[in-house]
Amino acid sequence: MLKTFAKGGIHPPENKFSADKKVERLPIPKKVSVPVSQHIGAPSKVIVKKGDIVKTGQLIAEQSGFVSANIHSPVSGKVFKIDLVTDTSGYRHQAIIINVEGDEWDEKIDRSEELKKDFDLTSEEIIKKIQEAGIVGLGGATFPSHIKLMPPKGMKSEVLIINGVECEPYLTSDHRLMLEKAEEMLVGIKILMKALNVKKAIIGIENNKEDAIEHINSFLKDYSGVEVVPLKVQYPQGGEKQLIKSVINREVPSGELPISVGAVVHNVGTAYAVYEAVQKNKPLFERVVTITGKSLKNPANYLVRFGTPISNLIDVAGGLPEDTGKIIGGGPMMGKALNTTEVPVAKGTSGILILPKEESKRREVKPCIRCAKCIEVCPMGLEPYLLMTLAEKAMHERSEKEDVMDCIECGSCSYTCPSDRPLLDYIRLGKIQVGAMRRAKSMK
Amino acid sequence: MLKLIVSLSPHQLGKNSVEKLMYGVIIALIPILIASVWFYGWGAIVVSLTAVISAIVFEFLISKYILKIGNTIGDGSAALTGLLLAFNLPSNLPIWLIIIGVFVAIVIGKMSFGGLGNNPFNPALVGRVFLLISWPVQMTSWPIPSPASEKFLGYTDVVTGPTLLGQMSEAMRNGESMKVFSDRIPNYFEILTGSVGGSIGEIAGFALIAGFVYMLARKVITWHIPISILSTVFIFSRILWLVNPEKFIIPFFHLFSGGMLFSAIFMATDYVTSPMSKKGQIVFGVGIGILTIVIRIWGAFPEGVSFAILLMNATVPIINMYMKPKRFGETIKEK
Amino acid sequence: MNGVVIATIITISSVGIIAAIILYWASQKFKVFEDPRIDEVEDALPSANCGGCGFPGCRPFAEACVKADDLEDLDCPVGGNETMMAVAKVLGKKVSEKAKMVAVMKCNGATQFRKKHTEYDGALNCTIQHNLYGGETACQYGCLGLGECVDACGFDAMYMDPETELPVIIEDMCTACGACVEACPKDIIELRPVGKKSKRIFVSCVSHEKAGPSKKACSVACIGCGLCFKECKYDAIKIENVLAYIDPIKCVLCRKCVVVCPTSAIWEVNFPARKVKPTIEEKTKLTEIKEIDLIKTAKVNSKKR
Repeated sequence: MLKTFAKGGIHPPENKFSADKKVERLPIPKKVSVPVSQHIGAPSKVIVKKGDIVKTGQLIAEQSGFVSANIHSPVSGKVFKIDLVTDTSGYRHQAIIINVEGDEWDEKIDRSEELKKDFDLTSEEIIKKIQEAGIVGLGGATFPSHIKLMPPKGMKSEVLIINGVECEPYLTSDHRLMLEKAEEMLVGIKILMKALNVKKAIIGIENNKEDAIEHINSFLKDYSGVEVVPLKVQYPQGGEKQLIKSVINREVPSGELPISVGAVVHNVGTAYAVYEAVQKNKPLFERVVTITGKSLKNPANYLVRFGTPISNLIDVAGGLPEDTGKIIGGGPMMGKALNTTEVPVAKGTSGILILPKEESKRREVKPCIRCAKCIEVCPMGLEPYLLMTLAEKAMHERSEKEDVMDCIECGSCSYTCPSDRPLLDYIRLGKIQVGAMRRAKSMK
Repeated sequence: MLKLIVSLSPHQLGKNSVEKLMYGVIIALIPILIASVWFYGWGAIVVSLTAVISAIVFEFLISKYILKIGNTIGDGSAALTGLLLAFNLPSNLPIWLIIIGVFVAIVIGKMSFGGLGNNPFNPALVGRVFLLISWPVQMTSWPIPSPASEKFLGYTDVVTGPTLLGQMSEAMRNGESMKVFSDRIPNYFEILTGSVGGSIGEIAGFALIAGFVYMLARKVITWHIPISILSTVFIFSRILWLVNPEKFIIPFFHLFSGGMLFSAIFMATDYVTSPMSKKGQIVFGVGIGILTIVIRIWGAFPEGVSFAILLMNATVPIINMYMKPKRFGETIKEK
Repeated sequence: MNGVVIATIITISSVGIIAAIILYWASQKFKVFEDPRIDEVEDALPSANCGGCGFPGCRPFAEACVKADDLEDLDCPVGGNETMMAVAKVLGKKVSEKAKMVAVMKCNGATQFRKKHTEYDGALNCTIQHNLYGGETACQYGCLGLGECVDACGFDAMYMDPETELPVIIEDMCTACGACVEACPKDIIELRPVGKKSKRIFVSCVSHEKAGPSKKACSVACIGCGLCFKECKYDAIKIENVLAYIDPIKCVLCRKCVVVCPTSAIWEVNFPARKVKPTIEEKTKLTEIKEIDLIKTAKVNSKKR
């Protein structure tokens, strides 16, 4: 029996078209627009001005506040202007627009390809390096990684869990990374273990990526304390709380962080970025992005510099198909629909998915027949049908009592609903309402 | 210019639909229909067809012209309600009575609350109980089944007689020992293969169980409600039997006689009128089980499962209120 | 026979007497003293229970009125001055007169002025769409057109215009309770004083976008050009963050700013028609409140739910 989480979950069709496509380097565009808020938390403070010459890897916006991250220039060239650009959030936000001239890297960065295994740094030094490199969770949540490495007082991390699940259909960027950069990733894991002072790391991988599991297993003898656990193919296996439950069978209490059960979860992409930052002094300014879709000519995986408009990616993948209905930043279950093709790739962009028109339209909403299928699939044990009604009726206090804030927004309920009700839309509304209510209360 | 569609996640939808679930139940009912045609002849077909057609007509008229919510017959719920009601009726019931029953079921039991998803009571049972109370004679003159291998029955040429439960309550009233009575009744193989009188859907336990297995495999329903009803009935009647085997009949009799199997599998599992959480469904099932035995043994009617389900339907909101699914991370929170 | 009748009479009357004793005891035991003035104040209130005063309903408001030493901070926007006077009379307190307010819709981005670039497909609720992205048009500040304000209005003072896809406020029915202001996730609706003879001048735009993208997104947007600011001699116009705002208290309704606005973003309401119309024709068409086809509106709204 493969390990899996306790309750709920669905199994959407996997559609991993680009799983056997090697990661290629995407040509650097002529102009990039780097948003200053690519992470959860406060937007970074711009420290360059119009006309400045920047090098690839140079700091261009610095951390402002505790939950925030540095941003480095992904290209070399001249700062054209600082303006508003529509980003993945669907709103126009501040971004640094740079005209590309050549590709001159910062001198500190080690550009050699060779594997550098040894490191001799203390925990604090590692965390500082990670913080300086502006590394955030690359799984999609984009939470600044260095904060996760500093457990709050009184809590101790016992185990590092590496998320190589990639349970979202279509996406393959983590899968490719595990196949192509397995050893670098393992060194990154060792560095993270050192930073956290833990003796054990577990890589959770869904069992549909058998090649990756085998590939990593073949290196493990050199990396003591690291273990690979194959997991059942079930969505949302890659949810932080679900993964912890699956791998070490502990439940993170409602409203608390994984550290409360002694676990710290990082994505495989983050582990690789940590390797590059610590061993090669390379800050985070590029990532692997999957470009995929049923009607797309060449679904593929590319290494993309941040700030590259997704239209560039679409062009190299064979151009926008005629029947395009939706362009999604991320996977089909949790990704965000984008409203233009000029949205720049940012730290959280794990993939671009192009859905044909007939698949992007929602079906007609019918009345709830109370079949309880949403309760059956909810991995958090919530009652989506009830939360939807409560949000519609603006009954915030009751919503809070029914644990609406525990929702991880995995979308299993909306996926499974036979009446095609927009359950998650309204649960999100409920979360907004409860959040506003809590803020109002704390103000009083 | 290309107009992109924007919406919140998830962007992918599953293959579930109301139609699929409703037709799933209808398919599960087909073996029972075949079995009842075998035993009751044309009557089974006439009653079923009348009920289904009139249910669709009533639903169409009301949804289109009174509620104005568009035509809702396509989702299959009206046909299903009609079919379920038909299976709760004797096969020799006059057509006008069937139509009245369907009218009560669809118009009063379902559409008056706003249509599918809003009715608190199982509409088919509302129709059935209405008929049972208003026309008790017609509703309880059960045809005696005769397999088609002997004679294929017409709509009206049936001989009527009491059901097993009717015989039991008669015997109980006469103070007859249940030990003696249980020697008189047919054996369980005969009961399961259908040689007992009753309404259309109460025949042939094997066909019912086949339908149950089909619905479980298709994930139309879960096992919680039927199994909790049947095990409660078994345990409760076994306790009674252990207390006094003279006065109370053996538990298997309760399990396989009357509409017990049919109601547990098809009537109590109606989505709209059953609780949402697994815990709640088990409480619901236990309640139905206990009430059924209480009504059968101490009540005025020989058969109580319909009343038990309707009574428990009324408690569903309160069950939903208190029987919550186990939240993720909840146990640790409370410590 | 007689015995039965007598027994029945005795039983029933004794049950009645016992019940009466219990009820009397309970009413004494659980008696709660309530200031009788609360009832009187409540009678003076409109009983709309709209929550416009900041209290959950009229009774809690009445309680607060009775408790308060000073009525200055308490206001029933629905009843207005008359109601507050009546309340003050009941309580023997004083209340100062407040200007009557009305809700004003500050977005004129009808479909013909604002092109749609994307198609929203999801739950028809403004807050949900607002949380997802800036909206179907290129303007991320303007009205989303899903009518959450209309739903919030408890006085039937709003309806969605199916042509412009914007909500319309029926001035005469608006009580300025502020429910729509709170409901709108984009903060488009503002409560402004009704003004002399209901005459009002205001900027019908909330876009903080720079002139270029603003103009591109919507042909009637305020682009923050500052022409009105220069024109105004009464210091009533402020320009902040590329958006003009007319202070209703300082404004003397001279209407000069309306003429100079290059994008017709400044609206004048309830003024006599001008001889030479400076504004485009559509604008006047939009300002006048149409004869409402209630059934049609209700149908449109119900379809959206």
